[in-house]
Amino acid sequence: MSTMTFHAPATVAEACALLAAEPGARVLAGGTDLIVQMRSGRIAPAAVIDLKRIGALSGVREQAGGFVIGAATRCTALKEHAALAAAHPGVVEAANLIGSVQVRNRATVAGNLCNASPAADSVPAMIAAGAVALIAGPQGARELPVEHLPQSPGRTALAPGEFVTAIRLPGKAAHSSDAYQRLTPRTEMDIAIVGVGAAITLAGDGSCAAARIALGAVGPVAVLAEAAGAALVGTRFEAAALDRMAEAVQAVCKPIDDKRGSAAYRTAMAAVLARRVVQIARERAGEA
Amino acid sequence: MNAQSGHNAYRVVGTRPVRPDGIDKVTGKALYGPDQIAPNMLHGAVLRSPHAHARIRGIDTSRAEALPGVKAVITARDFPGQESVTFKGGETSGDRRDIAHNCMALHKVLYAGHAVAAVAATSEAIAREALALIVVDLEVLPHVISVAEAIAPGAPVLHDDMFTEGLEPKPAQASNVSATFTMAKGDAAAAMARAAVVAEGRYVTQPVHQGYIEPQACVASWNSDGQGQIWCSSQGHFDVRNLTAGILNLPISSLRVTPLEIGGGFGGKTTVYLEPVAMVLSRKAGRPVRLAMRREEVFAATGPAPGSVFEVRIGADADGRLVALEMEFWNQSGAYPGNTLHGGCATALGAYNIADARATGWDVVSNFADTHAYRAPGAPQSAFAVESCIDEIALKLGMDPLELRLKNAVKPGDPSPSRLPHGAIGYIECLEAAKASPHWNTPVAEGESRGIAGAFWGNYGGPSTVAVSVASDGSVAVTTGSPDIGGSRASMAIMAAETLQVPYESVRVAIADTASLGYSMVTGGSRTTFATGKAVVDACGQIIDSLLARGAQLLGVEPGEVAWRDGAVHCMAAGREGEKLDMAAIAGRVHQFSGPVSAEVQLNAQGYLPGFGVHICDVAVDKETGFTRVTRYTAIQDVGRAIHPDYVEGQLQGGAAQGIGWALNEGYVFDGAGRVDNAGFLDYRMPVCSDLPMIETIMVEVPNPAHPYGVKGVGETSIVPPLAAVGNAVSRAVGKRMRDLPMAPEVVHRALAGA
Repeated sequence: MSTMTFHAPATVAEACALLAAEPGARVLAGGTDLIVQMRSGRIAPAAVIDLKRIGALSGVREQAGGFVIGAATRCTALKEHAALAAAHPGVVEAANLIGSVQVRNRATVAGNLCNASPAADSVPAMIAAGAVALIAGPQGARELPVEHLPQSPGRTALAPGEFVTAIRLPGKAAHSSDAYQRLTPRTEMDIAIVGVGAAITLAGDGSCAAARIALGAVGPVAVLAEAAGAALVGTRFEAAALDRMAEAVQAVCKPIDDKRGSAAYRTAMAAVLARRVVQIARERAGEA
Repeated sequence: MNAQSGHNAYRVVGTRPVRPDGIDKVTGKALYGPDQIAPNMLHGAVLRSPHAHARIRGIDTSRAEALPGVKAVITARDFPGQESVTFKGGETSGDRRDIAHNCMALHKVLYAGHAVAAVAATSEAIAREALALIVVDLEVLPHVISVAEAIAPGAPVLHDDMFTEGLEPKPAQASNVSATFTMAKGDAAAAMARAAVVAEGRYVTQPVHQGYIEPQACVASWNSDGQGQIWCSSQGHFDVRNLTAGILNLPISSLRVTPLEIGGGFGGKTTVYLEPVAMVLSRKAGRPVRLAMRREEVFAATGPAPGSVFEVRIGADADGRLVALEMEFWNQSGAYPGNTLHGGCATALGAYNIADARATGWDVVSNFADTHAYRAPGAPQSAFAVESCIDEIALKLGMDPLELRLKNAVKPGDPSPSRLPHGAIGYIECLEAAKASPHWNTPVAEGESRGIAGAFWGNYGGPSTVAVSVASDGSVAVTTGSPDIGGSRASMAIMAAETLQVPYESVRVAIADTASLGYSMVTGGSRTTFATGKAVVDACGQIIDSLLARGAQLLGVEPGEVAWRDGAVHCMAAGREGEKLDMAAIAGRVHQFSGPVSAEVQLNAQGYLPGFGVHICDVAVDKETGFTRVTRYTAIQDVGRAIHPDYVEGQLQGGAAQGIGWALNEGYVFDGAGRVDNAGFLDYRMPVCSDLPMIETIMVEVPNPAHPYGVKGVGETSIVPPLAAVGNAVSRAVGKRMRDLPMAPEVVHRALAGA
């Protein structure tokens, strides 16, 4: 019979040492993916290392003009942080679309990222918002933009022994905001057929100064659609600009046909949602 | 909305007291199937075929048997040989041999998920590890899933001894068509030719699961002296006993089945899957054995409702009188023959006066889990086709769809599908209530559309046994054999309290095991409050008679000089008015009379009446994504008399919610190998709370004269209209008739795109 050991370290260093010592170990934050996968028999880790006892990894901190979200911070806590919710409403709404209220009381955005599902709701929103993953490991700490962490479904760029300790987001910027929407057949407890995040910065004249648009569930990993954002910069979101943006979104889509949606539908819906989130982010940025 | 009238006559009937099983359930104390444990119990696991269709060449269990902790490994060879035994039990009708071979495959596996072996071990982990050590030598055969595949010339045949029943002469060749059935009156083809307008189409629905939250689970113990016990949840433990004993060649009374709380059934828990397997494991291991399904096993191996293909034509004259119906349909019944042909035909012919009608069904087997009863079996699919056509006729004639239905709806005395005249039915009253409802009288909101659909469901009566006893303090115990799947203990207590004229709280209701009471049929066919309820009322009548006789004796008056009032024997003898004896005063004297005060009633309840309903549905369809949101929904139903209105309304809401799921997102998805590709609640999308508006209900009460309080079955009718109610609303939104379920966003998007 297989056995599993459970560790609840109190420091990041201790967690690093445990992870380095056991190559078959998995890191546990909320557990809403890990435990489900263990129960279904898909994975049988030799050890589970729980991050929730590491005080520094729970909660949102404002630091150096930005926000640092500890890896063990539950999604519902993001909503409760007024400054974060004001600065990045798109990230907070994406994190609070995952699962159900009960799930979100456990789930974390770092876990959502490291699970490396192409349909993870918080990931396109974090990419659009310019989030960076803070990583601890045997070779020391490093940082990686969120869009570079997932490599393929279920696989990340983390080296053996490394784990994500926090997500860092930029601070509140003037005339900037973001939005996230996803399409699911159900309103809750579902997986995105497509998800789109957008972060928009307006110039003083209301034109687009910067735009980042990121897509989920239209490829093996969430992607930053750079050309789509670029199509908006310098425009006043005229119909032609929005059409170019939507075309650029569709050009990045490389989805598969599966039980949740056809490639053609996912691609068409990516453009529909991109128009909607750009509009929402623009309105929010105008009020910001 | 409250029931309309007639409650003034009653003290308890029609009130809404707290259900007696409520506290246990909300505090987590209730004992459901998977909660049961027995001393020294072993844990079992079932090995299931990964292939949809295969011949079993051999099974080597030796390595599994050698694993430490493993106490028994079984295959079909450990079961007695099975003979074909047909039995009738409404929704549970079938052939016992099929049920046995569905529990454990003998020569062939017929679907991915079909059990081929089972293990009992000292822990579930060891049992699952042992499964991996069993070597099954399978010769994989070509498989069929859809009706079209199964009936295609040259299709692989599942059962080489199956010849279509109902065809004359008997076919020379075995096929995947198990049976055909026709219900007809007049000359449908000739009448259709005379119709001014005709609506027709091909309607397709997918297999859908009942989706109960509690997975199948049981504990079984089979002793060396031949006596066995099973603890499980089901909709009918007497039938669990009879089926299991039959499969195992046991005298029925040697097997005792104790019912546990049931976490949803909806028709799906009226048969056996695990119980015979756990019994055989227990006999081999010499210890009690627990078996519990995982969610994937529930989806892959327990009966969904059949998918279906309907070819339907309905004709009307220029005034909107329906004149002809022609319907042919094929049920996608899974691995073994289904039994919903009658339900499909009766639904088509039950609700409207159509002089010339013909409905023919074909039952088709294919390589997925054996389908089983699901709330009004066969009716929702049929009503989807028929009520969609009626909506189309209304559009073609420019008529109000409600008025069109009113014009054609059956009334008491009109012929029913069985050709006997309908009794005290209430379809017209339901349609009138719909017409007067707040929902129907609210204009359709901008950007939304509205659908309406009606329903007929036959309901049932059947055999029940009930015991009622009065304790020495005058409190009352009611014992039934009917598992409580929808608040029936509360309803039984209400009917007993009403009859005895005592407070609700002084009556307690228990569900007895099979050794403690005579047979009761399954809780199904919406029969329990009607049939078992009638038995409770009859038994309470006998209790009153007994108390009156004893009371008269104690008072020293003639039997005619006492009367039953307010739960007591009142003396009516001249000069002694005002003297009375309460129940404790009489029941406490058990040594004085012929024995304790109790009564047992057995009956086979007749006089059940069909249920009729009307549902109104508003939807908002996102024209860019195809996403449908149900914005308002009203379920109207003739309930006869609502004994406990909360639980009647709950039945109306529950059926509507399940039907909305069936219409919009539910459906089995199979991969290329014939495996269920969405065997979990994530991708088998039943609606969650946030998907639904509050389902408004209107209870119409047209009492059934065959029940002391007017009860009609209410549990099933409510799932019959939603498929068409939602479909009609979405069709009007899209501007195109939606004939395929589910109407998932991508499907609606495709229709909007004109593809």
